[in-house]
Order: sequence, then structure tokens, then C-alpha cells
Amino acid sequence: MFVPISTFHGSGMSPTSDPAASDTAERHLDLIVKISTDQDKDAFAELFQWFGPRVKAMMLKLGANNDLAEDLMQDTMMTVWMKAGQFASWKGSAGAWIFTIARNKRIDRFRRQSTRHYVDVDGMEFADDSPDGEDMVLADERDRIVSNATAGLPEELREIVRLAFVEEKSQTEIASELGIPLGTVKSRTRRAYQKIRDELEDVL
Amino acid sequence: MNTTHHPDEATLMEYAAGTLDEAFAVTVSCHLEICPDCRKSVRAAEAMGGAMLCEQVGAPVAEGSFGRLLEKISAASGEGGNTAPAVMEQVQPQSPGSVLPAALGSYIGRNVDEIRWKRIGPGVWQHPIRLSDGAKSSLRLLRIAPGRSVPEHGHGGQEITLILSGAYRDEIGYFGPGDVADLDEDIEHQPRVVSDEDCICLAATEKPTRFKSLAGRLLQPFVGI
Repeated sequence: MFVPISTFHGSGMSPTSDPAASDTAERHLDLIVKISTDQDKDAFAELFQWFGPRVKAMMLKLGANNDLAEDLMQDTMMTVWMKAGQFASWKGSAGAWIFTIARNKRIDRFRRQSTRHYVDVDGMEFADDSPDGEDMVLADERDRIVSNATAGLPEELREIVRLAFVEEKSQTEIASELGIPLGTVKSRTRRAYQKIRDELEDVL
Repeated sequence: MNTTHHPDEATLMEYAAGTLDEAFAVTVSCHLEICPDCRKSVRAAEAMGGAMLCEQVGAPVAEGSFGRLLEKISAASGEGGNTAPAVMEQVQPQSPGSVLPAALGSYIGRNVDEIRWKRIGPGVWQHPIRLSDGAKSSLRLLRIAPGRSVPEHGHGGQEITLILSGAYRDEIGYFGPGDVADLDEDIEHQPRVVSDEDCICLAATEKPTRFKSLAGRLLQPFVGI
């Protein structure tokens, strides 16, 4: 279903939208800007206080012990500090950006495989992707849409997304864990993706 | 670059989640370099990852965690480490065929002319690409002469092929530069090169592929695909 952005403005607020979550997302954008322009340690402390425990929780869920989870969280947050300047050209929320940093850290550490392929694409600015003026305005809308859409996924789809993105399970592993055919995991994954993509169509 | 065939959405989701094995992740990366649509798709999927992260109930960080992090940061700057915002590398998407995709650069460089091809059959050459020790998938470049075909084969698992130059046609359709054939194990196909030049493609496979025809089975030990 395509939801026009205007639906979310003014009194036409979606019943499932969460203004508090959106304020938080907007605050995170401000904090990252302060970190990149002023090397603002107070802003960094606030961002750390919010994301540090969440990143650590994800690392624990995918099987890291407490020390390793702490270490990966510190690595992730250090990269957030060092690369804050690149955030401006990232077309997404602070949460999505930090998710990708954490993802790359865990691939690096657990699989002992090169993350160059991820770095290569994430670290590049493609000539045809240059950010336009509306990006920062849209970031807020986009964040609210994604949070609502993710939270509103039917449980059987949410489960698949959670296992993949939080527990870092491959589709084959998910199929065997849930005792369902691989094809079913794939079709649920596609359905989850399409729900998000449809709603994001105008703000990506 | 307008491509017709893209990775399956389920594959792009795995890429975004970070759960694709190395050969597949590299192949998808190479496609992303030239496909703005799929880059958008990956961004949408990563946004879902961001939402999942934000929903987490936090786990307590170690006592003094933030202080230690600040010490690490100042130590890194004290050592001349660069904590200033890094400058983004501007990458002009290349038309495939002129040079290899950037994502292959760290593996085999980017110059097609420097590839050492090994002939594995009439009109078919390959160049295996060495991956990390833990990789469960394998990656190779294939070069197939005009009019030649790879023996009809089913797959022992997933197979993702990216066309870098030239073109082939199979039961599914026409695949030109930038196109991706994202096939699961049920698919059997027999691609035939239809371009005037050799077709060079990057192929990621999960398990050894089994050829159906006798010739294919005889060829398999040499092809290794």
C-alpha cells in the first residue's frame, strides 16, 4: 500500500504513528551533526547512552558473550564518532546508519571474512546518488514510516526480519530453526520487504 | 546502466542484514555499483535493520564504558589517528567491461586484461577468486566465447551470476551487462552466449554444481562449477 507523505502531516496523523519515536530520531540527527561539526563530546555521550545499550543487546542476541558484545559495541560507537562527517551523505536515519556500522563490525569479527565488499559500497558516494536539499526534511518522515511499518508487520513476517537482522541468521538457518521450507522464508522475506518499500517509495 | 534482471528481493534483504556468504555478498556489491534501484532497495532494508535496532531493550554497558571509549578516541588522535570527518571517495559508476567492479578490486585488481584465464573447455575459461578462509561459497570469473554454452545444469544450491560484459540467453531470458541471474537450486538452465564478443561473468555458487549431461559431468572436475 502506498501511503502519501501528506497523510502524516497535521491532523491526519496515522493512528499507529509514534510522535515520541520521531522526536527521538530527529534528536539523533542533531546529535550526529554536532559530533561532526563541533566534535561535541556531550552530544556523543547522549548518543552513546541511547545506542550503546541497544547495540550491545543486538550483539548479545546473535551469540556474543558479555565481553565480546561490550567490545563490539565500543568499536561500533568509535566508528560512529570517527565517521560522523560521512553521515550527511547517508540517506537514512541515525538508527539505520548505526545498524550498518554494527553489522559490518560483527561480520568482521565473527566470520573472519573480509568486509571489504560492504565497506566498498557503504563508503562510496555514487555520482548519481548525491544528496538533495530535501534529504534532512525527509529523514524524519522516513524514520517514522519505517518504524511504524516495521512495528506493524504481521508477526510471522516480523519473526523472519528479527531473526535475520537481529540474530544474524541466514535464510537457510531460519528455515531450519522454524522448521519451514526455505522457499517460505524467502517469500515471507519478500513480503516484509515489499511492505516497507511500498511505504518508503517517495522518501528514499 | 539499465539492467533488466536484478537480485531477488530476498537476496537484497540478506545482503542488508549481513547474512549473505562472501561470494554472494561480493557479487551483489558489484551489481549495486551500477544499479541505483537496488541501492535504494538495500537502503530500505537497512532502514528496517535500524528500526529493529531502535526497538531493542538495551543491555547494560560495562561500568565506565563511555570513559574508556573517549580514552580510546583521544589515544587514536594522539597517535596521529584521524578523527576528523573522513572525505568520501567519489566513485563514478563504470560501465562494466571496461574495468572490473570496485568491489572486486581488493581481490583481483580491476584490470580485465590482467586476469590469468585458465581454459576449462572449448571456448570456456575461468579464473577462481580466492575468498576468506571461512567462506562457505565460491566465486569465479567465467569467460565464454560467442555461440558457446555452459552445459545444462541444475544447482546444488543458490547461484548468483552477474554479467560484466557480453551477453547470454537462456530459458529465462536475455542477460546483458549489469544483469544478475539469481537462481535457486530448482532452476536448470543452459545459457548460450549471444554477443559477438566473449561473455565475462562473475559467478557465486553455494555448493558444487552438478551437470546433467554426460559431457557436463565429465567436464565438471575441470570446471569445478
